[in-house]
Amino acid sequence: MSDPTRAEICAVAIAEAFRGDGELLVSTFGTTPSVGGRLARLTFEPDLFMTDGVAAGAESVIPVSGKSSEEPVLGAWMPFRLFFDNVVWTGRRHVMMMASQIDRYGNQNFACIGPHEKPKAQLLGMRGAPGNTIYHRTSYFVPAHTDKVFVDRVDVVSGVGYDRAAALSKENSRFHHIHRVVSNLGVFDFETSDHRMRLVSVHPGVRVEDVVSGTQFELAHDADVPETRLPTPEELHLIRDVLDPEGWINREVRE
Amino acid sequence: MDKRTTEREVVAELRDGMTIGIGGWGSRRKPMSLVREILRSDLKQLTVVTYGGPDAGLLCKAGKVDKLIYGFVSLDSIPLEPHFRQARQAGGFRAAELDEGMLQWGLRAAAHHLPFLPIRAGLGSDVLSVNPELKMVRSPYEDGEELIAMPAIELDVALIHVNRADAIGNGQILGPDPYFDDLYCMAAKKRFMSCEKVIPTSEFAKHGPVRTVSINRLMVDGVIEAPGGAHFTECLPDYPRDEDFQREYASTAKDPEAWEAFKARYLDVSEGDYQEAVKTR
Repeated sequence: MSDPTRAEICAVAIAEAFRGDGELLVSTFGTTPSVGGRLARLTFEPDLFMTDGVAAGAESVIPVSGKSSEEPVLGAWMPFRLFFDNVVWTGRRHVMMMASQIDRYGNQNFACIGPHEKPKAQLLGMRGAPGNTIYHRTSYFVPAHTDKVFVDRVDVVSGVGYDRAAALSKENSRFHHIHRVVSNLGVFDFETSDHRMRLVSVHPGVRVEDVVSGTQFELAHDADVPETRLPTPEELHLIRDVLDPEGWINREVRE
Repeated sequence: MDKRTTEREVVAELRDGMTIGIGGWGSRRKPMSLVREILRSDLKQLTVVTYGGPDAGLLCKAGKVDKLIYGFVSLDSIPLEPHFRQARQAGGFRAAELDEGMLQWGLRAAAHHLPFLPIRAGLGSDVLSVNPELKMVRSPYEDGEELIAMPAIELDVALIHVNRADAIGNGQILGPDPYFDDLYCMAAKKRFMSCEKVIPTSEFAKHGPVRTVSINRLMVDGVIEAPGGAHFTECLPDYPRDEDFQREYASTAKDPEAWEAFKARYLDVSEGDYQEAVKTR
């Protein structure tokens, strides 16, 4: 079996972000997060609940391409409205969203670049980010880590970070939890005294300096930053033969 | 009772400055034949409320929109709606951008004649700074929590598209997701429902169980038979999204000449000619 690619290492780091979630609905955006979530479910988090991306719970795991010789096994009806009524607003969810910009406290932007009145680049809009971050656990994935993404100040706050949550009342922020950020360079959390972003591990082949120079703000990190763990042979088999035979993740995360 | 009408008669009832809610979601089951009829009209200064897809892109591009109330605008298989982006970046309309859940809550408040509904979504985010008219409300109970008071989004008109309807205004949604169509109708003064086919009431049962007839006639003032009326958005199980057409639509955003050609061929023509042009392309 050939050495793991950077994308495969990211997929495993993403799976690890869902470790301990138990029976939560895991929503993923982007190809690598979708592989990572399904990988967690096929290995150490078998109770995760996922959807078919349309309007139902998926009770079988199919490749991210959607190409499968077997009909997907659908469970509960899960139309868009029930996402709010039954899942988001009850808190039984862990979402991994993308971030066009993210700052040291985990404030995230995918709404627009530039001033909101007349943006330089309109992106997705607020989408569900304000609600997701205030109602349940949230993580982020950044496939190309640069200092244009890891910024001092995001142009618009769509996903709420720790400093903003701290400025709210205890009742308001009681479900707020930014769990992990996974980029193509490393894994990050907010387990510092004031919830500033911390570099938890660098992916094999990445130096701490590379991450620091690709980040506008000062990153917390220990003197010795460990390497992100490698996929096990079983995980590599699941990624390559079951979840992503087309290797789509290697187009999202470059070497 | 017979509520059947036409796109033309519906749009003749609309006025400049009205607030119009458009059902469906993203590039899915949008009442596109009604949107196309608005594009053919002189209507302007509209406030449009939508889980946005090409409806938002087309109306913003055409300069029909004074204010867009939305959580996102997307073509699904093309995540960013290029015509909407262009109009946004040109500052062509006021953008009331909300969390997706807030939009539902605003429609629900209007549907139930409530001035607002409390919601936690939006707290701490820039939803509050880009929508300065949003106000807070404090729980009168012991917890005393302060929440956002999402105001009712009252609509003058709701436009939705469903699979089957009868002439008296019951609507049957056969696809997997009813989205928020019922809320749009209940939040509006005038409600118009286009459908793939008008059938006798007695035939609903042939197509699906009674719960698929989720739009009741109390919610609907006018029924428009519009086969292909959701094109190029999906209208399952009748048809999937026309991805080729959608790609063509999206690609015209960066090329004014291509846009003019698209417009001449598909928008500056009658609905019948549109459907014909789609078939023969």
